[in-house]
Amino acid sequence: MSAPRERLAEQGEWRRLPFIGDARLRWLLALGVLLYLVLALASISVNWARVAEGMSRGLNFLAAFAQPDFVSRRSDIVNGLLESLTMTLTSTVIGVALAIPVGLGAARNISPLPIYLVCRGIITVSRTFQEIIIAILFVVMFGFGPLAGMITLAFATIGFMAKLLAEDIEDLDWRQVEAVRATGASWWQTINHAVQPQVMPRLIGLSMYRLDINFRESAVIGIVGAGGIGATLNTSISRYEYDTSAAILLIIIAIVLLCEYCSSHVRRWTQ
Amino acid sequence: MPVSTNEQGQPIWRLRTSRAQWLGYIGWLAGASLFLLCWKLISDNTMWVFVQDAGRQGGDLISRMLPPQWSYAHRLWKPMWDTINIATLGTLLGIAMAFPVAFLAARNTTPHPLVRSIALVIIVASRSINSLIWAMLLVTILGPGVLAGIIAIALRSIGFIGKLLYEAIEEIHPTPVEAISATGASRMQVMNYAVLPQVMPAFAGISVYRWDINIRESTVLGLVGAGGIGLQLNSAINSLAWNQVSVIFLMIFVTVLVSEWVSVRVRRAII
Repeated sequence: MSAPRERLAEQGEWRRLPFIGDARLRWLLALGVLLYLVLALASISVNWARVAEGMSRGLNFLAAFAQPDFVSRRSDIVNGLLESLTMTLTSTVIGVALAIPVGLGAARNISPLPIYLVCRGIITVSRTFQEIIIAILFVVMFGFGPLAGMITLAFATIGFMAKLLAEDIEDLDWRQVEAVRATGASWWQTINHAVQPQVMPRLIGLSMYRLDINFRESAVIGIVGAGGIGATLNTSISRYEYDTSAAILLIIIAIVLLCEYCSSHVRRWTQ
Repeated sequence: MPVSTNEQGQPIWRLRTSRAQWLGYIGWLAGASLFLLCWKLISDNTMWVFVQDAGRQGGDLISRMLPPQWSYAHRLWKPMWDTINIATLGTLLGIAMAFPVAFLAARNTTPHPLVRSIALVIIVASRSINSLIWAMLLVTILGPGVLAGIIAIALRSIGFIGKLLYEAIEEIHPTPVEAISATGASRMQVMNYAVLPQVMPAFAGISVYRWDINIRESTVLGLVGAGGIGLQLNSAINSLAWNQVSVIFLMIFVTVLVSEWVSVRVRRAII
């Protein structure tokens, strides 16, 4: 395989190595992808007349971005934003507080097998379902409003934080744990003095990151009635008030940018 | 809190100065007050009567979901195929758009700082807006259907893939780049033979990771009319057929687990 390539290179006709070494596998993959593309594209039906009709609306929407309307629905936007921000903060605090015990339980090196399996189960369920599906169930249970949204986001936060925390605990420096254990420390003292200092900087960084994600998600779960700016946005889009929706989208982008800027600062400061 | 004192009762060493300690206390107090304030806002907007019978509602919901109506499952294969198509084609389209954007956004490959800031704005705008919101907009423009879902997923993927890829490009070794440009290679040749081989594994890993996330997201796009299994979910919920909803949930659960397994395997094979 490699011999002709080297001979070609000596003659000045060098070719680079392919990304996938095995030629048969390469062709098989290419053929598979091609077959899939044909099947997939064939199964999509597009109503081109409807698309052509909608194009003018698309242009309207783009034009609305040039002159967003912050004023005419101001009170709705402010209320929605306030609700989103409060939901974000409370859900992150509650979610992180609940994720810490689950994360400790899901780390194989410090917890017994039954607890490990239960905690991993919680993480898998919470991570698999999109926030919006969980929100539907919680809205049915708790009624419309920000409480359902808050519980949804807290639940989603548990899966995210606990998984990353557990992975972090699983690769921590075991010598420190042994040193603390050798002094006769109890389980609780070991966690507090050997595990916690090692994972704390990353935990803070991840919490900031999750705050950012929770804000973005809070803009969505309003669609199913769980409060926040999403409800306002949904209403404005279904009323074809694109200038208001453009304003809301711009506000969301600005807040996410701000969050990201702050969280990168906090992360640099803690690590 | 002095750790130990000398004979005169002067502290020898302490962890924090009293100023830092006070600042810490004030910080905790401010955080706790902010949390309570947010909590009050949420609690004011909640109908606590509904929350009181949440347990009963939840039990009722579960009793309606069980047993799942298995005969409904055979009607879900086509929507599931659509969902996977939305995720896969959306990811491919997103990759095609994110690839040039990432090269324009990386500090070491961008042609001009101005171009770089435009590319960064594209990445941030795409990242801050959830795919459901993109789908909501596109459904009003393109009409309901799979196409809106594909484009929504693609638009959301640009930011994610673009951001991770441009960070990978900025971290490449400069030596191969210098070596290739020393041979008199043009700008495109330097990209092709020095930059691309270095970021290719990262790029493939990021794409597969995003595909996995997109499978999750495409399961709910139907809630706003953008095709896939979400359409079935929406109609099942609206007709209160909870025993069909549980079949859909199980289907989503299995699909997401499989896609995550595939993505982990592929990424392990690449890296």
